[in-house]
Amino acid sequence: MKRNNLKAWLYMLPALAFLGVFLVYPLIDVFIYSLEEGYNSASQTFFGVGLYNFGYVLRDPYFLQALKNTFILVMITVPLSTGLALLISLALSSIKKLKSLFQTIYFLPYVTNTLAVGLVFMILFKKTPYSDGLVNLLINFFGGQSVDFITGPYWAKMFVLCFYTVWVVLPFKILILTSALASVDQHYYDAARVDATPKWRVFTRITLPMISPMIFYLVITGFIGAFKAYSDAVALFGTDLNAAEMNTIVGYIYDMLYGNSGGYPSYASAAAVILFAIVLTITCINLIVSRKHVHY
Amino acid sequence: MKLVLKDLTKIYPPRGKGSAGAVVAVDGFDFEIPDGKLVGLLGPSGCGKSTALNLICGLLEPTRGQIFFGDEDVTELPPEKRGVGMVFQHYALYPHLTVLKNILFPLENLRGAEKLSKQEMLKRAYEAAKVVQIENLMDSKPSELSGGQQQRVAIARALVKRPRVLLLDEPLSNLDARLRLQTREEIRRIQRETGITTVFVTHDQEEAMSICDMIVVMQSGRVCQTGHPQKVYEEPNSRFVAEFLGTPPINMFNAEVKDGGLYIGEDRVFNVEGAEEGEVVVGIRPEGFEYDQKGALCCKMNRVERMGRDVSVVFSHAAAISAVLRAIVDADEAPGDDEEIVHFALDKDKVRLFDKESGQRIYCQLR
Amino acid sequence: MEKRKIKKPLSLGRILCWALLIFWAIMVLFPFYWMILSSVKSYSAYNSEYIPSFFTLHPTLENYFYAFSTVPLGGYFVNTLIFTIATTGIMLMVIILIAYAFARLDFPGKDFIFALILALMMIPSELVVITNFVTITDWGMRNTFWGLILPSVTSVFYIYLLKENFSQVPEELYKAAKVDGCSDLRFLFKVMLPVCKPTVITVVILKVIECWNSYVWPRLITDDESYFLVSNGIQTIRESGFGRENIPAMMAAVVVISLPLIVLFLIFRNKIMEGVSRGGTKG
Repeated sequence: MKRNNLKAWLYMLPALAFLGVFLVYPLIDVFIYSLEEGYNSASQTFFGVGLYNFGYVLRDPYFLQALKNTFILVMITVPLSTGLALLISLALSSIKKLKSLFQTIYFLPYVTNTLAVGLVFMILFKKTPYSDGLVNLLINFFGGQSVDFITGPYWAKMFVLCFYTVWVVLPFKILILTSALASVDQHYYDAARVDATPKWRVFTRITLPMISPMIFYLVITGFIGAFKAYSDAVALFGTDLNAAEMNTIVGYIYDMLYGNSGGYPSYASAAAVILFAIVLTITCINLIVSRKHVHY
Repeated sequence: MKLVLKDLTKIYPPRGKGSAGAVVAVDGFDFEIPDGKLVGLLGPSGCGKSTALNLICGLLEPTRGQIFFGDEDVTELPPEKRGVGMVFQHYALYPHLTVLKNILFPLENLRGAEKLSKQEMLKRAYEAAKVVQIENLMDSKPSELSGGQQQRVAIARALVKRPRVLLLDEPLSNLDARLRLQTREEIRRIQRETGITTVFVTHDQEEAMSICDMIVVMQSGRVCQTGHPQKVYEEPNSRFVAEFLGTPPINMFNAEVKDGGLYIGEDRVFNVEGAEEGEVVVGIRPEGFEYDQKGALCCKMNRVERMGRDVSVVFSHAAAISAVLRAIVDADEAPGDDEEIVHFALDKDKVRLFDKESGQRIYCQLR
Repeated sequence: MEKRKIKKPLSLGRILCWALLIFWAIMVLFPFYWMILSSVKSYSAYNSEYIPSFFTLHPTLENYFYAFSTVPLGGYFVNTLIFTIATTGIMLMVIILIAYAFARLDFPGKDFIFALILALMMIPSELVVITNFVTITDWGMRNTFWGLILPSVTSVFYIYLLKENFSQVPEELYKAAKVDGCSDLRFLFKVMLPVCKPTVITVVILKVIECWNSYVWPRLITDDESYFLVSNGIQTIRESGFGRENIPAMMAAVVVISLPLIVLFLIFRNKIMEGVSRGGTKG
């Protein structure tokens, strides 16, 4: 028995060591950092302990800009992507021919490098001296004015960011919802047909309730993912997101940590803790709401 | 190889704070299995028979007591050092390996002096396969085999090590009825052919009765009775053993010993010698009834079920404990379907008395 | 149950349904098409088109040569390959061992430790990246492969996924192997892993995708170009690589970087989609 215990600990040792050093310790450390005022990374000294870092971050216009951007992004992309994914999955599950081809196509963005394809989006939307870009040509074709989506007005930049985010997150959602739809027992539909239930009623009374756990799962993970948005923005607007007014909370954390405006791990930690608090709150709200509405 | 268990006990410590105390799964096993016999460990679900098997196998460590293979004390040895072969309930075939690879697996684990050459391994694998008649399946995967074939592969894998003792855990429970009959004959044949001392666990008494040289009847961790199946069937030492063995089951009645007689309800069925007066439980085997309108036991008839040679008479009696009373009589001696009251004469060798409280057998003379 | 096929007239609903499917398929495919198209247009042709044409009659590979020769694209590639293989390999060893301990070995406190580890699943990586950055810097591992690899060789989620799968392997198989004199380690590699191969492959694929596309951590930990991964490489190319406007060459680089995963996906399409639907999230 004793020998067996030792063996078990040996098996677990590598994983526990890595988890301890790179997950548990940092987790505790980040809260400590966030409370240490005036930390100097060169001399590793600090003045005192308190909430000053949080106050600084919350007054920092760059952070407020990031906060605003992130919230707009979340509020637009989560409902939009989930709704669109639901529509597409429904359409997908109603066809037989070409189904697998469409599924393959829709999944492609999942396996592509966010940074790389972001560059393509940038080119499609960007207005340069040589060309207005393809999207603008389309707008012109329908009688609109050219807009510079990459360096132009705020709403245009936000539009591109949301569009790209939806494009990136959709494959996962379509995949999950399609398999959720496929797993609804055919017998329910047969029973509904026998009862001559109209189509929309089948959808609201059978399909939707049956896949509601998956929808809520997607909403929750969608919220969490969207709050952590960063690389999509970098892909479109470059690494200096503050200048582009397109920074996100995560972007702010990294900028504080490293880069041109970096070297302030305390501020970064405070921002990370704030992000964590926001995500936790939203997730809890989501869970409470889903308790009430998810039917099995 | 003779197998001896001495005061073998397994106590599981209590699990968690809220649950009940320690569970005694195997309680003081003390018996000997002679060399080359086929032995059935028999008992209802949860009586500890699989635990006992795992103790013999070495997968579990006993809380106290000893296990001997012949004269060697193997209590401290791990399973691989004991030289046991085990066939699991769900066969435990490695799904990703072919039949041949499965059978070779135990041999490939041998190290040091025991290590075999490749040819020797193959030779022994084919030998084992031949015993269970699966030589033509060697390249199949387990998922391509039927339940009965998987069973044979599992036995071959257990035999290939040339074990001193072969253990089978519920070997027939996953087979359908027809295959079960066939496979149990097969097990009997293989055991005879190899002469390996074999212990198998089952909850199906019919299975054990039909092929075993010896059965061990268990109830909640204790051994109730051991012996030759027929002997145990005829001379059960407790009400539990009597009720557990036999299909259709033994018929139980409340009865009373008074005035030197045995009364079932109002009917004085026998004269008794050597039993104290008072309430008892009487068990009568279905074949212990004889249809005789002058017989002592008077019952209300429900129906007659005819099954070829035998006829089973279903009847009721006010003093009955069993939910259904059933007598098996010869077809030409059966009562007519329209009888309402039937009388039976009883065969005293098929009637057993038990203590009402403890269920222990009351040994006495019936006349 | 055979359903009788009823020839349905092309209803409005079905038209809308196909329209939606085709619309989104175009939305997904177009960027890929555009990226390939732009990458084979010559630099001068591309820049002379005010209204970009949707095809080209003079495809050229010069952009690809240019992309590999002016920026160390090959180097980024090799780095990413090393990073991906090493991270995935080490992670597999680490998580297989611990998952096996949780699934098969009995030791006091097992459930408690497992619950603790599951709780770690809720920790967002953004929260711990700060200290990890400091740790790696303190260890002098910036601009080394170890600095890139070490923090990502464990994943609570994959431990969970593997442990669940290991636990489904019948206990009897383990007992049978014990009776046959099989050691724990041999059982793990000879029986457990082959039986759980689908899950292991899923984990590998998900991890490879994650590694290939990882951007944030490599960006923090490397500023020496010779340790850049493809994501950082593409960002550098975008910001300074060819001088800002050589878009065809940029697209060539993007194609080269995207290709391996797309090929991998087309080969293991079902495995990947099944694996992801069993619980991957991007990032």
